Amino acid sequence: MNGAHRFGSKCDRPKATDIHFKMQAPVEHRWSPYADNGGTCLGVAGENFVVVAADTRLSQGYSIHTRNCSKVTRLTDKCVIASCGMKSDAITLHKHLKARLVMYEHQHRRQASVTAIAQMLSTTLYYKRFFPYYTFNVLCGVDDEGKGAVYHYDAIGSFERVPYTTSGSGSALVMSVLDAQIDKENQTIDTPALDKAGIVELCKDVLSSVGERDIYTGDSGEIFLIDAAGISKTEFDLKLD
Amino acid sequence: MAAVEEPQDYLDVLQSHRGGFSFENCKRNAYLASQVAIKPPTAMKSGTTICGIQLKDVVILAADTRSTCGPMVADKNCEKLHFIAKNVYCAGAGTAADLQHTTEMMESQMELLRMATGTQPRVCTVVRRLSSMLFKYQGYVGCALVLGGVDVTGPHLFQIYPHGSTDKLPFTSMGSGSLAAMAILEAEYNENLSVEEGKKLVAKAIRAGIFNDLGSGSNVDVCVITKDVGGTILRNFEKPNERKFRAKHAAFPIGTTPIMKQEITKLVSVEEDVVMRD
Repeated sequence: MNGAHRFGSKCDRPKATDIHFKMQAPVEHRWSPYADNGGTCLGVAGENFVVVAADTRLSQGYSIHTRNCSKVTRLTDKCVIASCGMKSDAITLHKHLKARLVMYEHQHRRQASVTAIAQMLSTTLYYKRFFPYYTFNVLCGVDDEGKGAVYHYDAIGSFERVPYTTSGSGSALVMSVLDAQIDKENQTIDTPALDKAGIVELCKDVLSSVGERDIYTGDSGEIFLIDAAGISKTEFDLKLD
Repeated sequence: MAAVEEPQDYLDVLQSHRGGFSFENCKRNAYLASQVAIKPPTAMKSGTTICGIQLKDVVILAADTRSTCGPMVADKNCEKLHFIAKNVYCAGAGTAADLQHTTEMMESQMELLRMATGTQPRVCTVVRRLSSMLFKYQGYVGCALVLGGVDVTGPHLFQIYPHGSTDKLPFTSMGSGSLAAMAILEAEYNENLSVEEGKKLVAKAIRAGIFNDLGSGSNVDVCVITKDVGGTILRNFEKPNERKFRAKHAAFPIGTTPIMKQEITKLVSVEEDVVMRD
């Protein structure tokens, strides 16, 4: 076949005596089932509330697929998940989580707590350890004690409860601002902690700033505020370039 | 460099006198990149939208002003329209350093030519010199150019690719946003447009790139080249991407950063008593 040796069929098998026999490089087949759809999300926990913010751009390479695609899904009355990475995996993951939570509700006659959902998300991600969901999740909500909860995950289910976090294409830019403004790292003078409105304002500002420098972040932003009153959502404009 | 060896026979002597390029560093770099965890330096490339149109007796060029380094915006308001001669300008897409140096080199060449011949440089001269240079470097000088000018023979617009091929066209676009820009130009270009209409058209084409291509962004620069005035750059002709929101951060109080150590070194000793002498 085209002068090349075929392995496997008896007649074509190279003979040791064949001085012209050469090793052929094996044919490699590449399969790349992952895509990076960009975008940035962040979550900040307060004493009795939590704020989640994300942009709504969905892109791949140098093109924008859509300017209005939410990264955030409501899981219960006091829990949302924001996922960056690959959109199709995020959709599948969110759908799966919602289905599991319906089953939970039917079995236990109440909605799952944020801590329970956090553990379930971890096992769901690790279940696909060797073919992971290409998603980077931030799970936020108000826990059973009424405290704001933020959980950060990697793609295969390692997770941690943190006071604030971010993931996605602009996460490196976001984290430095949150470290300075919320954790007040390396600051010797005490300044008052931000209140609810201040944190919402900060999230809006951070996303606007990231939109200036990260090409995958932009178009518009959405902010979810979860407290005792439930989940409220506000939207704002980002730059379109 | 390899150590100097005594020639073994006449073939070695011939080899040592043969001249030409030495590629040993290329082999070394390829080896290092494949075997050792060393990455070769990457150049800053500007994902870009640039375009140009030629009208009855004027050429108009335009460019966006975003310069990127991977997914990061390196410069939000850079200049991609380059001066070559009073009557010749060019818009560049590709590797930032290559563009800057290539256009500066062409600028000095054209000035020397102008002084030597006492005539205004012609657009075709610039195109020929650029394409010869780019071809010589076999595409490794990453310059994709839209070159325009008006000379004794009238207005001209050229497109030059990094490998050295050239096209003479009535309208053209280049860079990562070239498809978006070309969509506008194809739909709306007409050689009978007025200068004002032309400026609006190129700005609209660049805006298409800015909004639909992630490699392009920020503002629109326009350059109008006429027979009488020569080229005029209209810097930030349009600014469609002003920041929409900025929170009022409380400033950090003085002393927020801990001072770990303070040390003042006297570098100069000043003599206070001056003795006046007659």
